[in-house]
Amino acid sequence: MNDQTLTPEERAANLKGMGSSRKRVEDVRFTQGKGNYVDDIKLDGMLFGDFVRSPYAHARVVSINAEEALKVPGVLAVITAKDLEPLGLHWMPTLAGDKQMVLADGKVLFQGQEVAFVVAEDRYAAADGVELVEVEYEELPVIVDPFEALQSDVVLREDLDPAADGAHGPRKHHNHIFTWEQGDKDATEAVLAEADVVVEEMVYYHRTHPCPLETCGSVASMDKVTGKLTLWGTFQAPHAVRTVASLISGIAEHNIRVISPDIGGGFGNKVGVYPGYICSIVASIVTGKPVKWVEDRMDNLMSTAFARDYWMQGKIAATKEGKITGLWCHTTADHGGFDACADPTKFPAGFMNICTGSYDIPVAYLAVDGVYTNKAPGGVAYRCSFRVTEAAYFIERMIEVLAIKLNMDAAELRRINFIKADQFPYQSALGWEYDSGDYHTAWDKALKAVDYEGLRKEQAQQLEDFKAGKTRKLMGIGLTHFTEIVGAGPVKNCDILGLGMFDSCEIRIHPTGSAIARLGTISQGQGHATTFAQIIASEIGLPADDITLEEGDTDTAPYGLGTYGSRSTPVAGAATAMAARKIRAKAQMIAAYLLEVHDDDVEFDVDRFVVKGAPERFKTMKEIAFAAYNQAIPGLEPGLEAVSYYDPPNMTYPFGAYICVVDIDVDTGETDIRSFYALDDCGTRINPMIIEGQVHGGLTEALAIAMGQEIAYDEMGNHKTATLMDFFIPTSWETPTYVTDHTTTPSPHHPIGAKGVGESPNVGGVPCFSNAVHDAFRPFGLTQSHMPHDHWRVWKTARELGLHA
Amino acid sequence: MAKMHVKMTVNGKEVEALAEPRTLLIHFLREDLNITGPHIGCESSHCGACTVDIDGKSVKSCTMFVGQANGTDITTVEGLTNPDGSLGVIQEMFREHHGLQCGYCTPGMITRAHRLLQENPSPTEEEVRFGMAGNLCRCTGYQNIVKAIMASADMLNAQKEAAE
Amino acid sequence: MIPGAFEYHRPASVAEAAGLLSQLGDDARVLAGGHSLIPMMKLRMADLSHLVDLQDLDEMKGIKITVSSVTIGAMVTQHELIADDALAAAVPIIREAALQIADPQVRYVGTIGGNVANGDPGNDMPGLMQCLNATYEVQGTEASRMINAREFYESAYFTAREEEEILTRIHIPRPAGGTGYAYEKQKRKIGDYATAAAAVLVGGGEASVAMTNLSDTPVWSQDAGKALASGDVEGCVAAVMGAIDPADDMRGPVEFKKHVAGMILRRAIDRALSRAS
Repeated sequence: MNDQTLTPEERAANLKGMGSSRKRVEDVRFTQGKGNYVDDIKLDGMLFGDFVRSPYAHARVVSINAEEALKVPGVLAVITAKDLEPLGLHWMPTLAGDKQMVLADGKVLFQGQEVAFVVAEDRYAAADGVELVEVEYEELPVIVDPFEALQSDVVLREDLDPAADGAHGPRKHHNHIFTWEQGDKDATEAVLAEADVVVEEMVYYHRTHPCPLETCGSVASMDKVTGKLTLWGTFQAPHAVRTVASLISGIAEHNIRVISPDIGGGFGNKVGVYPGYICSIVASIVTGKPVKWVEDRMDNLMSTAFARDYWMQGKIAATKEGKITGLWCHTTADHGGFDACADPTKFPAGFMNICTGSYDIPVAYLAVDGVYTNKAPGGVAYRCSFRVTEAAYFIERMIEVLAIKLNMDAAELRRINFIKADQFPYQSALGWEYDSGDYHTAWDKALKAVDYEGLRKEQAQQLEDFKAGKTRKLMGIGLTHFTEIVGAGPVKNCDILGLGMFDSCEIRIHPTGSAIARLGTISQGQGHATTFAQIIASEIGLPADDITLEEGDTDTAPYGLGTYGSRSTPVAGAATAMAARKIRAKAQMIAAYLLEVHDDDVEFDVDRFVVKGAPERFKTMKEIAFAAYNQAIPGLEPGLEAVSYYDPPNMTYPFGAYICVVDIDVDTGETDIRSFYALDDCGTRINPMIIEGQVHGGLTEALAIAMGQEIAYDEMGNHKTATLMDFFIPTSWETPTYVTDHTTTPSPHHPIGAKGVGESPNVGGVPCFSNAVHDAFRPFGLTQSHMPHDHWRVWKTARELGLHA
Repeated sequence: MAKMHVKMTVNGKEVEALAEPRTLLIHFLREDLNITGPHIGCESSHCGACTVDIDGKSVKSCTMFVGQANGTDITTVEGLTNPDGSLGVIQEMFREHHGLQCGYCTPGMITRAHRLLQENPSPTEEEVRFGMAGNLCRCTGYQNIVKAIMASADMLNAQKEAAE
Repeated sequence: MIPGAFEYHRPASVAEAAGLLSQLGDDARVLAGGHSLIPMMKLRMADLSHLVDLQDLDEMKGIKITVSSVTIGAMVTQHELIADDALAAAVPIIREAALQIADPQVRYVGTIGGNVANGDPGNDMPGLMQCLNATYEVQGTEASRMINAREFYESAYFTAREEEEILTRIHIPRPAGGTGYAYEKQKRKIGDYATAAAAVLVGGGEASVAMTNLSDTPVWSQDAGKALASGDVEGCVAAVMGAIDPADDMRGPVEFKKHVAGMILRRAIDRALSRAS
C-alpha cells in the first residue's frame, strides 16, 4: 500500500470506498445458504409456540378449554390472557401510544387475532395442540368500513373510556382514534373559494401488506441461572425492542440481550411488536427453556402489520394557466382493531403532510382521522417513510386530475408548479424544510430519455387505431415526480414511544490497520456491511475489504433506532462518517507527531497523511494505526476508536422522475408494462450497484401494489387474501425490465451528502403505474379509479366508460 | 404414529433417519439434517424458497413428505459450492451481478437456476424469466437475477468449451 | 401449516394399491404429485390417516402413442408431458396447455392423473381432456373400468371415481391430422388458476370446445362444438356462454368472468382456426 507509483485515483480505487460498485460481502454466505435467519436458530431443548387464532372478526370469547390440547404428546402448556394478566402482559403498548391485546382478553377484534399460545416440543406437536384448543365465541356485529365505524353504535374498543382523550388528543366517537391537523385551514378554504379552477377527488390507497419472504419470528431464551434473557427476532429496531421489553416486563435492561440475526426482508413489517414476541418470552420464563415462535404465511398476512388503507379526499385549486394555488386534504385512516401504526409520536399520520409533493403550493391544509375497524392492526411504512407513499400517491393523482380539468399535458402542469432549484432550502406550506433539489433538471432529463413527445404521438396514433377498430389495446403513459422525506429524527421532532430517533456508529481501528464498525441499525437486505464500510474506507483511508461491520446485537452495538423509513444512510450513515472523522482527526495528530511537523502541516490524501507541499513525506493510515497502539505519543491516549451518536439537523428529501408505458387490453383487463424509466436523485451515491438493485426491487413492489396486491376482507371481516395464491406478488415473468438513471443533488446538511434511496421506488412507482392506467382511459373521460388495477378492475373501468359496446 | 425409516443421498452424502411420515421434506432437511439453506416462505408451494433438486428435478420441498423422498438423490444450495469451498459459478454470478439482497430467496433461486441451466444451457432472457417463475423474490425485482443466470450460462458454456 | 399425522404406504403395484384402498376405506387417500392434496392436508382440510403414495407404480407411467390413440400413465408429470416431442407432434394442445399450468417446480411433480382425478374446478387438464374426448381408466380391487372424461365430473371435488378406485391411465383419441388447436388461458400471474380458460379443437368438419374454472366442473358443450364445426363461431360462443356458471372470487365477479370467458374462447377459436389445415 506504500507504493508511491500508484496515483491517488488508483489508491482510492483500491479502497473500494464511496462511489464504487463494490460486490457485497454478505453474499458469500447468502449464496451458499449459510445465512443465519431466526428460524435457523436451534438451541438445546428449544420448544416451539404456535397460536390459536380467532376465526371471527368480532366476537366475545366465552371460554377457552385446553384440556384436550394438553393431552397431545409433546404439548407442554397452553397460555391464555388469564395467565398473562398477573404479569401485566395480557396487553402491550403499541408504537402509536395505544395498547393491544397480546392474547384475547374477553373479545377479539379481527380475524386471525391471537387467542391462546400453545407451547410444545416441536412445531408439529404445537400445531396438533392448536387444533384441539376449544374456544367458544359469541359473535358480535362486524365493522369493516371506516366511514360506517364513525356512525355505528357498535363499540369496538370497550376497554377505552369514550370520554377520555386518546394518545393524540380528543376522540370524536367511540370508534375514533385521533384527528391530526396541519396547515392553515381557513386560508386554504379561502383560496379554494376564489380559485379559477378547483378539482375534488377521493383518492383511495388500498390496504396491502409488506409481506417479506421471511415471516416474523423470535426465539426467547431465559437463563434462570444468570437471570439474562436473550431474544433473537425479526426486529428492524433491536435496541428499541430491548428498551420496550425492559419497560413492559420489568426485567432490567442490562439483563436483556436482543439480537436481530439475518433478516429475510422487512419492508416495515418487522418494525412492529407482535404478540408472538411477548409470548415466546413468557413461555421461556415459564418453562425455563428456549422457545421459538415463527409465524406461517397466513399468520403473517392476517395478523402482522398491514400498510396504507387511507381514504384521501382531496381538493386542489389552480389558476386557469395551471399554477396551483392551494391544496386541501381530508384523510380517513383505517387502523384496524388497535392503533399499532408505526409513526413518530408527534406524527400520528406519519409524514402525510409531505403531500404537497414536489410542488410550490402556497397554502395547504391536511386533516387525518384515525378510525378503529374489525381488521388487523398495523399501518406500517411498507417500504416508505411513514405514510409518504400515501402522500405521494395523493398529490400525483391530484395533479393528473387537475391536468384533465385544465385540459393540459400533465408533464407541463408539473413543470410549471415544481419548486425551483433556487428556492431550496424550501419551506413547505405543511411545515417541512426541503433540504435540496433540482426538479426541473431531473424532469427534463427524464422526458428526453423516454422521448416523451414521441410517446405521446404514438399514443395518439394508437388511440386513433382503437377508435377505428384496428386494435383493442390502449396505451397509457404514466408520469410521476415524487419528493420523499426520509431519515427521521431529528430527535426534537421524532421519537417512537419516547425513544429519540438518532442513530449511531462505533469504529475501532485495529493495530494492523483493519477495523470493526458497529451500528445501531440492522440490514434486511440493504447491504449495510458493504456500504457502511465504503463510507469508512473513504473517510479514513482503509480498504473497505479490511473493515468488518456488525449490527443487530444490543450487547455489542451502540444504541440506535434501527432500519426503516430509509433512515439508515441519512442517520446511521452520517454517524458513520462523523465517527470516522473523529478517528481521522486523531490520526492527523499522530501523523504529525510521526512526521515531526505541526498538526496543521499535514493533510489527508486518500489513504495517508502527507506533509503539505512535500507529498513524498507521508504516513499511511496503516502506519498510523500501528503507532496509535504501540508508540507512546505525548498528549494522546493509546488506541484509535470513536463513536458517534448522530442527531440529524433535518430530514433528507430524495426525489425522482419516473415514466412508464403500459398497454391495456380493454376486453380482458390485462395490462402489460411496456417500459419503465426511473430517474432517482438520492444525493451522494455510495454504491451505484446497490442503489440500482434497490430501485429494481422497490419498483417491483410498487408494480405489485398498483396492479393487484391487496389485503381484502368480506363484509363479515373474513380475510380473503391470506395466501400467496391471492395476495399478488409478481414473478420474474410479470415483472418488466427497468431502465435506471440518476441526477445527483447532495444533501447540504448530511456529512457526505447522501439522502437514502431504498423506498423512493415504492413511493414513486405506485403513482407512476397507476397514472399510466388512468392515462390510457383519459380520452374516454376517466378521472379517478381505485387501485389495485387488477384485471377485473381495469375491465370494469373500460366497461363503465362504454368501451365494450 | 410410528416413525418410518428413510434413507437418501443429500449433497453427496448418504443419510439415514427415523422420521414421522408427516414430516415435510423442508423440515426434515432443516431440523433433522441441519441443512438450513432451503428456506420456508409461503408453505403453499408458491414462493420457491424451499426449492431443492431431487433426482434432477426442481422441487418445492415444503410440499413433499419425507417418505416421498425416500431413496432419492437430493442437492440443496449447500451442495452447489465447489469442493474446495469456493463459490460455484451460479453462486459467484449472483454475487457479481447483485442478484440477491436479503438472501432469503437466494438458495431456492440458485438451486432452481442450476437445474434450468442443466436443461437449457443457453437460454434466452425470456426462457430464464419463464423458467424462474416458480421462485418469488421481494427484494431484487428479478432484473439482476436474470442477468446473473444469463452470465452463469455464458461462463458455464465457456468452461465446458475449455474442457473439451 | 402443519398436516395431521398419518401412516405412509408405498405399494409396488396397482393391485396392491387398490387392495390398500379397499382395506383402509375412507381413511386412506392416494398421493400422486401431492400439489393439490398436501396443501389441503397442511390446512387440515383433508382428513386422512393413511396416505398411499403411487410413485413406484411403473404401470402408471409412460406415454404410448399409436396411429389412432395416445395413452398417458396417470403418474406422468406435467414436465414429462411438455418434454415429450412425440406427444407434442401427436396432440400438440397438451404441451400448450401444460406450459400454462402452475410453475416449473410444480410441473416437475404434478401429474396428469392427479390433475384430472382430483375434481378441482381450477385444474386445467379436466377441461382439456373433455375437449379431447379422453377416457379415464380406473382400477378397483376387482376390475378396471373406463369412464369418459365428459361424464367424470359431478361437482367440485366429486367425480365418478369410487373411493377405492385408482385412476391409472388416460386414453386419448388422436385428433385427425390438420386439426387446429388452441389452449387459451387468462390468469393473474404464473402459478394462478384460470380466470377463464378455453380448449378448442377444430378441423375436418369437427370441433370440440371445453372451458376451465367457469363452473364447479369443467364445461364441455356439445352444441358449441357442433356450431363451431359448422363454422358458426357466434353460435359456438353463445352455446358456451349458456353453459358456464362462474362464481365470484378474488379474480373478479361473475359478470367479468363471463365476459372474459367469451373473449378467451374467441381468441382460442381464432388461433385454432388459424392452425387448421
